[in-house]
Amino acid sequence: MKSPTIKNDMFVMLIFSAIILSMPIWLKPLGAGYPDLLQKFAIFGIFAVGYNILFGLTGYLSFGHAAFLGIGSYTAVWSFKLLTMNVFPALIFSVLLSGLFAMLIGFITLRRSGIYFSILTLAFAQMFYNLAYSVLTPITNGETGLQLARGDARIIDRLFSDAGEGLPSTNFFGLEMSGYSGFYVCAVLLIIAFFISQRIFHSPFGIKLRAIKSNQTRMKYTGYNTRPYLLTAFVISGMYAGLAGGLMAATDPLAGAERMQWTASGEVVLMTILGGVGTLIGPMLGVGIIKYFENIFSSLNDQALLQAYSFMPDWLANIMVTITSPFVGEGWHLTLGALFVLIVVFLPGGIMEGVSLIKKRFSKTQANTETGKS
Amino acid sequence: MDAIFLQILNGLDKGGAYALIALGLTLVFGTLGVVNFAHGALFMLGAFCSVTFQKLLTISKHVKDESITFFDAFKDQPYLEIWFGDFGKTIIDYSVPLSILFAIPVMLLIGLIMERGLIRHFYKRTHAEQILVTFGLAIVLQEIVKSMFGANPIPTPAPDIVSGSAHIGVLFGLGESVVYPWWRLIYLAFSGLVIAGVFAFLNLTTFGMVVRAGMMDREMVGMLGIDVEKKFTIIFGLAAVVTGLAGLMYSPILPPDYHMGMDFLVLSFVVVVVGGMGSLGGAVTAGFLLGILQSFASMNEVKAIIPGIDQIIIYLVAVVILLVRPRGLLGREGVMED
Repeated sequence: MKSPTIKNDMFVMLIFSAIILSMPIWLKPLGAGYPDLLQKFAIFGIFAVGYNILFGLTGYLSFGHAAFLGIGSYTAVWSFKLLTMNVFPALIFSVLLSGLFAMLIGFITLRRSGIYFSILTLAFAQMFYNLAYSVLTPITNGETGLQLARGDARIIDRLFSDAGEGLPSTNFFGLEMSGYSGFYVCAVLLIIAFFISQRIFHSPFGIKLRAIKSNQTRMKYTGYNTRPYLLTAFVISGMYAGLAGGLMAATDPLAGAERMQWTASGEVVLMTILGGVGTLIGPMLGVGIIKYFENIFSSLNDQALLQAYSFMPDWLANIMVTITSPFVGEGWHLTLGALFVLIVVFLPGGIMEGVSLIKKRFSKTQANTETGKS
Repeated sequence: MDAIFLQILNGLDKGGAYALIALGLTLVFGTLGVVNFAHGALFMLGAFCSVTFQKLLTISKHVKDESITFFDAFKDQPYLEIWFGDFGKTIIDYSVPLSILFAIPVMLLIGLIMERGLIRHFYKRTHAEQILVTFGLAIVLQEIVKSMFGANPIPTPAPDIVSGSAHIGVLFGLGESVVYPWWRLIYLAFSGLVIAGVFAFLNLTTFGMVVRAGMMDREMVGMLGIDVEKKFTIIFGLAAVVTGLAGLMYSPILPPDYHMGMDFLVLSFVVVVVGGMGSLGGAVTAGFLLGILQSFASMNEVKAIIPGIDQIIIYLVAVVILLVRPRGLLGREGVMED
């Protein structure tokens, strides 16, 4: 394996930034060039990139990261309600608070590894989810979800201006958080997040995390206490999730407990796996593919399907519609689950593994033709 | 006193469901070494067996309602009633218990297909990958059921005779006021029977002996010339049947909907971990224990002291136990230690 150089890293960063920032342009022909979806790409990108720091590097499969997402969302909305509609402090609070919770949960759950760790994180996430629906209703507003109201305090905003008519909208120092400007805020944060994750991957810290994944016992025998490293990784990924949650609330100031359900944790696991666990770009790819197809598939209905099959004879088109209609619209989750199974069965390394397999085969045939052997 | 007695009963029947699911989960985990996140889906499929059976029995014909003479009214009359009269009515009334006969082969088949088609390829893969693939499978099963039966819970009533409540207080010399639904008592007895059956099967038959040996040292059993793979398939089928029956019998208590499996799955995993991974006795004990704890926590008196405790008690107990006794209540050394 070629050791990554600083120059190489900078090159990857540049290309990555260019691709992310130009997304509105090149996604337009694909029918995904509208701000709502672009924001989702960026936000879930942050979530997945952060999750990958834990799962990809250390191999600890957490089923509780949705809790941090939820905590981030609630914190951000409370910051909008109490302080200001500016998202900057809201995001800072989200990251800090979710980091704090991650430290607490990580401290307890990281005592165990393997499946026990998965179940412990799951237990914590379910606890938060249940509490958000029941006792914590004053904070979370239960099933309705936490929303902005006209009568909110917004102390800092009040210092500068009176409460206007209607609900104020979120902004980043004057920049609207909805529409394209909102996407660019998210995108810049994603690029920063990606940069940090890249630095972690190639730092001694990242290498230690990888050593934990490959053989924790040996790592311990060499004199490392592995837990602080694990905890740091856990907290960092929790903070990423908090940031993603905060951004979700910033682009759409509403926080509901369903964001904390464990299926939401499952979604981020799927994204990471689909793209390629432990690779830098993989999780981003996974997010892009899943969110893109979710958007397309869930908007399809029988009518649209009939149109898509219009080139076929009628009877065949009808049969095809009956076969495919459970997979689209409401049934998008069915496609997602099937995809999940197929990926884990056939391509556990995700798309990145597929790419490297193709690359390897290609370079092998090339090498063979060069030496004149086949 | 009465209240405490009732809460214990309440906890026991819920605990019965937990214990049955956890039993299947442990069987699969202990022998096959597979962490099966699709186990909750099996519970759900079992419950939907009773729904399907009820639907099959009540396939109806559109007939003229004779009782209304003013105008032409129509009603749906099940074929069974048309053919057999009152006997048909009785059969429909007993659809839930009768569907056990229907569910056993169906669940066995589902289990065998699952094991042969998917799970078997994951014996050698990491636990993380097992979790992921079965999680995906659970979503698929859940969504298929949703697209077939819709998203709303479907009521499957218990037979008329046992739809009321038993004056159980008199039996134990408590008060007249201590009453308890018959069906829940039946569920409790049923879960006890199934658990006893599974334990008898494991402890009294040769096959069970092989299974127990396999739980201790899978490799060694294989080396002794026993076709382990074949046994694994049967065990998975058995676990599917046990879990499916647990779901089926639970359907009069909780009308089945497509995501009930997921709700129970998380809890039953916690139960397994608390009982000790790979310990059948531990799974059963922890199932009943947590069921009782949960029902006590949902008493108003307790909730007044610690609000919200009923929602989190199980998880809280799990966290504490895993930290204090990492192997769980009855966990053995060497199982899932890494």
